[in-house]
Order: sequence, then C-alpha cells, then structure tokens
Amino acid sequence: MSIDLSQFHQVFFEESYEGLDAMEQGLLELDLVEPDAEIINTIFRAAHSMKGGAGTFGFNQVAGFTHVLETLLDQIRSGKRAMSQDIQNLLLKSVDCIKGLLQDLQAGNDPNLTETNSLKAQFESILNVGSASTDANIPDEPPSPPAVDKQDDDKAGGWHIRFIPELTILQTGNEPARMFRQLAELCDYQMQVIADTQRLPELTGLDPEKCYLAWDIRIEKSIEKSEIDEVFEWVIDDAEIIITPLSMGVDSTGSASGEHASNAGEEKPTESVVAPATPPAEKTVVKAEAVEAQPQAKSPQKAQESSSIRVSIDKVDSLINMVGELVITQSMLGQLGQNFDISRVQRLQEGLAQLEHNTRELQESVMKIRMMPISFVFSRFPRLVRDVSISLNKKIELLMSGENTELDKTVMEKIGDPMVHLIRNSIDHGIEVPADRLAAGKPETGTVKLDAYHQSGNIVIEIKDDGAGINSDRILSKAIEKGLVAEGANLSQEQIFDLIFQPGFSTADIVSDLSGRGVGMDVVRRNISALNGSIEVSSERGRGSRFVIRLPLTLAILDGQLVKVGDEIYIFPLVSIVESIQLDDRAINHVGGHSDVLQLRDEYVPIIELDDVFNIDKEKKPIEESIIVVVETDGEKMGVVVDELLGQQQVVIKSLEENYKRVDGISGATILGDGTVALIVDISSLSKMSGASSKIIDGSHKAA
Amino acid sequence: MTATSEVEQKDQRAGFEDGVLTEQYLTFIMADEEYGVDILAVQEIRGWESATPIPNSPKYLKGVINLRGTIVPIMDLRLRFDLSKVEYGDETVVIVLKIFTANGTRTMGIIVDAISDVYDVPIGDAKNKGLGDNKNSNFIKGLVTVKKNMVILLELENLLTIDD
Repeated sequence: MSIDLSQFHQVFFEESYEGLDAMEQGLLELDLVEPDAEIINTIFRAAHSMKGGAGTFGFNQVAGFTHVLETLLDQIRSGKRAMSQDIQNLLLKSVDCIKGLLQDLQAGNDPNLTETNSLKAQFESILNVGSASTDANIPDEPPSPPAVDKQDDDKAGGWHIRFIPELTILQTGNEPARMFRQLAELCDYQMQVIADTQRLPELTGLDPEKCYLAWDIRIEKSIEKSEIDEVFEWVIDDAEIIITPLSMGVDSTGSASGEHASNAGEEKPTESVVAPATPPAEKTVVKAEAVEAQPQAKSPQKAQESSSIRVSIDKVDSLINMVGELVITQSMLGQLGQNFDISRVQRLQEGLAQLEHNTRELQESVMKIRMMPISFVFSRFPRLVRDVSISLNKKIELLMSGENTELDKTVMEKIGDPMVHLIRNSIDHGIEVPADRLAAGKPETGTVKLDAYHQSGNIVIEIKDDGAGINSDRILSKAIEKGLVAEGANLSQEQIFDLIFQPGFSTADIVSDLSGRGVGMDVVRRNISALNGSIEVSSERGRGSRFVIRLPLTLAILDGQLVKVGDEIYIFPLVSIVESIQLDDRAINHVGGHSDVLQLRDEYVPIIELDDVFNIDKEKKPIEESIIVVVETDGEKMGVVVDELLGQQQVVIKSLEENYKRVDGISGATILGDGTVALIVDISSLSKMSGASSKIIDGSHKAA
Repeated sequence: MTATSEVEQKDQRAGFEDGVLTEQYLTFIMADEEYGVDILAVQEIRGWESATPIPNSPKYLKGVINLRGTIVPIMDLRLRFDLSKVEYGDETVVIVLKIFTANGTRTMGIIVDAISDVYDVPIGDAKNKGLGDNKNSNFIKGLVTVKKNMVILLELENLLTIDD
C-alpha cells in the first residue's frame, strides 16, 4: 500500500479514546431492564468505527477484539439478547481493556494480550450459548467481514471470494480491477474471476459512474486469509465480501444458501481456536477483577497526556476577529508614526490605549482556547462510583452540577487524580453501608455531590457526601498517638480536620483495597498546591463532609504583587497574600533568639526575611522600616519581610526548569515590561525553607 | 542553491580536510588559555547584560536572562573553573549554547573573556592523557594542538549540568 498510514495514527487514537469514553458513558447510563435503543446504537457505533479504524491501520488485536464486542452489541441491538449486569460488566471491562491496548500501541509497545484473550473467551462463550439457543444465525447482516485477526494456520487449499461492491464503489476511489491484480499477484495468477452481471440494468438506465458488477473469485492456491483481507481492507465498508475456504465445498457460483453456509462455517474455526483455552467466566471472577482493574487502569492513564485539543470554531473565529482589530490598530499607529508631530499626541495615546485593549482581549481569547469544560474530568466518575460502590456493597448516587465550568487543560489533566482519591475516600470512609444509614434515619442510598463553579478568578470544585462525617475525636487521638500533636493541645475543629492532610495519617479502622493506607490525602494536598490551589475540608458528625478545592483558572498567567528586596524584584501570587502592613510600633517578639513573630490581632505569625532565605546581599534595614507581607498557604500564615511594595500586575509564567532546574522557594519566572526577568516566589515551599511554620500549634515541634 | 555549494556548506561544518574527518570548534579565550566548544551547539553570541540572580544558586551561576521570551541561565565560566574573577567589560561575551540531553534540549549561556576563532579539528585527534582526575577534568573532552597552540575542548553536557 503506497500511502503511509502512520500519519493518521494519532487521529485514530484520539478518536478511539473519544469513542471509548462515549461507550463507557453509554454503558453507565444504560437501563438494564429496558435498554434505550439510542444508547445501544451509540455504543455500537463507537465500537464499529473503532473496529474499522483499527482494521485499516493494521491493529489487528484491537480490530479482532472489537469485532466480538460488536457481534454481541449487535445482538442486543436487534433484541436477540437481553442486557444483563454481567454483560454490562464485561463490556465495561472491555472498554478498559481496549484502552490499554490502544495505549500500548500508541506508545509503540507490543500490547499485552492476556486480558484481551480472557475477555474474548468470555464473550465468545456468551455468544456460543446464545447461538445454540437461537439457532446459529448470529448476525443477519454481518457488519463487515468477521475478525481480521486470523490465526496463522488459517489457510485452506484455496479460497472462494464473493465480492459484491456497492454501486457507488468507484466514486470512493476504489478500483476493483486493481484489487484483482493484487490478488492475482498473491496467488501467482492461479485465480479465476467470474463477473456476475445480474445487477446490470438496461443500457438506457445505466449510470456509467456506477459499478453494477459483482464477482466470484476462485483462488487455487494456499494463501493466508489475512492477505486477502488486506486487499479488501479499504472497501469492507462499501462492499459485501464473503470469503470461503475452497475445501468447504462451495461451488463457484455463490448461491444464497452457499452464502449462509459459508458464513457459519467461517465463524466456527475462529471460535474453536480461542474458546477452549479459557474456561467460561463466572460471575465472581468478573466482579473481583472489576475492582482489581481500577488501580491498573490508573497508571497508564498518566502517561497519556494528550498532545492536541479540540477547539470550538467560535473560539477560533473570535480570535481571528481580534487579530483583525489588532492589525487595524497597528496600521493606524504606523500611519501616525510616519508624519508625527506634537499636535497628534492625543491620537497616539488613544491608539496606544486601543492597542492595550486589543492585546488584552487577544490574550484572554488565546487563553480561552486552552479552556475546556470540566465535564472531561467529571465524566470518569460515574464509572468509578459504580465500580467502587458495587465492591463495597453500598448504595450510592452521584450528582453532578456545573459540568460546563471551564478550566485550563493543563490544570484539568492534573486535577483528575486528586479528585478520584477524594471521591473514593468519600465512598469508602464517608458513606455508610445501607443498614447503618437506615439505622441513623437516613435514606438507604447515599449521595456524593460534585459541583464546580467560578468564583473571583478561581475555579472551585466541591465534593460533598452525606455520609458519617469526619470523627474529629478519633483524628485527634490518632494524631497524638503518632506524635503529630502534643497531648493536651487545644485545637480548633478546622485545625483537627487539617491533620488528615498530614503524611502518613489514616484513621480508617480497616485498611481496604481502596483507601486507608495513609498515603493519599497529603498527596492530594501536594498535587493541589502544585497547581497553586488550595483544599479545605469541613464536616459534621453524622451529616457528611465537604471538600472544597480552589484552583487558578490557568497555570500560564498569575495575578502577582511585585515586591522589591535589595535590588531584586520578586513576585508574590496575589491569591496567597492576606494583607501587607507597615511596621510602626507594632509588637515584634523574638522567640528563642532566632525566630521572630508578629502579633497580628489575636494571632502570632512567624516572620521570615526574604533576603535571609534567598541569600540576597543587601544592606540590612531595621525591621521596623520594612514592610511585612502576610501570606497564607495550606491554612497557615506567615509574614514575609520585604523592602518595598511595587505594583500589581498579571504575569505570564515561564519555566525555570526548562533550561535550569527546580529552585526551592521559586515557582517560576516571568518577564517584566522592561524585558528583565523577575522570579515568582513559591509561598508554600518558602515556609518549609525558612522552617518558620505555624502548623504545629504548640510550636515546640519545629523550632528551626 | 546549486549542488556544489550545498556540499561546500556541509564541508564547512563537519567534513573532510585532506581526507581526514573533522569537526568544527568555536574557540574563546579565558585567562590566556584557549577553549573550544562544538560549533553546532552554539546558538548565538551576545554581549553581557545583567542577569536576575537566582536564590541559593552556586556562585558561578550569575542568574537568568530573557532571551526572546525564554528564561536562560548564564554561568561565569571563570568561576566554574575556579579561575580568578574579572570585571565584565565591553569585550565580555556570552556564548549561548544549546545542547541535547536525555531530557530534551537545554539552553544556557556561558560568560567568557573573548571570542577567538573557528578551527577544524580532526575527529579523534583530541588527547586526554596527562589530565589528573580533578573537579574540572570532568568538563574537558580533550586537548588538541592547533597552530602550535593548545586548545581545550569542552564537554558541554557535563559543563552545563548544575549540581550544587
């Protein structure tokens, strides 16, 4: 084949992932008792186009697997088979399995076929049972020639091919004569082609662009069926192709009954090869594996960060409009510059103002291109909730709102895992088993609610459950036991809840498969702070808990406060600044000689001097003449001493790591209006560096 | 462009001189010695401009500059080699190098006293004998003699890897 297909691989993978998502969503929505035909059609179509694509690109493992899937779906679609929980589970597992196959293929690895084969055997055993009872006529109209993945020993003494193209086949650019030539080369010209002119109309009714002929091809040489399949690869959707081994005793004229017989005869050998290899699946096996499959399915997902995005045409149009305006402004300014005198200053100022306006709009709409609705993240949760609740024998309803809230794609890719963790936690620890719920006077079915909305330049994601809530007494005693908190310390409710984000902290009585190992919440918080976001928890005993995640809309731009220390300008993220104060005679207390604290209303806030932490050479000013910026990170406050406050502005974040490496206390760099580089301060790592942490409430713990 | 000029151009970069396969090196002067870097790694040569210092970085790292929107670290090669420090003047140049590493490309500038010349060096001619195993020998690919002078060829990947 002369066309290099690999250039289309990326598109195929992306489309297939979308198809798999659609299948998964459809499967979850499906009502088992009365399946909605439309949903089944959607699932079927997704499977079908995936099969077609996979066959075209030679991903035979995928094509073969999707084919059995499709056969089963087709039976359900035509009402020959009832949908059942088992089938649903099996189909969902296949979605995971195909995803795994595709990821392997995309990474250029040889896919691991053990799971595929076992699933395939399960499908085939279901299909076999069905076909025995409904008299062997599996699909009435085979959607396309069965399974491209023929076994190597699948060659007969010769082949009979009945090739009935659709009338329009010539218009799609396919040339039967060329295919025959290819076949002839395959079998060293030991081939007979007989044209079937039955469909040919009267000469007056003949449309010269249509192909009325059908052909019977007899190949008298032992070649592999897959080679024949390859010849017809491009036309399987536009033609009926029936390939029969010659030994099946079909004579050269493909009669209707012959077709039927050949169909059945062809399905059989494939099945008998695979089916006996694994015993028919039992219900328990399916369930156990469904739970296991989760962690496995997670790891490869990380590797798959998609490299392209789909953008709605509206966004692109508005971008083009804006560029148009920018060009107009530019030419206006250009003209002005050609014959400029002082009387035109006014117009110059107007022009510059317009330029600023244009640039800002342009910036905003470019950013919008990266924005995607959060439903891309939310959509994977129904499946998660279903699987987890089945494995825990809990009844859980998932409510979602605000799916259309948009956020930056990079943020979205990174928020998925922390959210999965939180939701699992809610289901595992939060929601009680039905009996307990009834005893507590609550409805049997627990709810987990996801909500997303915009609030003052941030996106807020809430995860709420109506479960048992967080037992603060137990957290406190656990924390004391682990030495995280001194005995007898007086903690507020919020401070206690905050302890669950400490590394190695778990209160689960039983360590389950899903959670309770004490790794997790600290990772969740770390991931979220890596995105410049924050997480809070509130809870009420017996009523449920609520996690609130706040994230910046984008990672590319940040609202910053410019500060000056010595000769250098640093940028503080505006979100983390609580207030800035000029020290007059306000009390600064020196604790133990090294650490200073500032008395801020009824709190003591540790003070760190940026020039000390960053080793900046400068003349020491007395601390009373400096300015203290009070910042908050992870729920703790800290005062940072700087020399001067400059303006506030939006800054574009540039990576330091790209050419250098990670720097403690610095989250990135930006370029200021005058072209110089300024560094952006990473507040949360700053507090670690300085050792000035107020996290441990009695203060004895971390005296640095 | 004709075929011959294309060939000529290739010859200028890495090619044959008197039938010997050669590589080209850009050389610069530092403390009266001549050093060479692979010319294919040189992205540009620019004058010294002040850089934004990075907190808690090694002394030889002068900071980062804005190179057309990319943040590029600049190191003082004298300090990297523990040579005496000199004030930067009009002659001081920054060679911006771009190297390919396992983790992608990395761009970095080095401050040197002055640019010298471009030499063809036969491949395999560099000698590394006689160099002790000290801190700096890691940065040196080998020594070659060009026009009776010694040129120190630098091993860029090690040189541009910052470890505290």
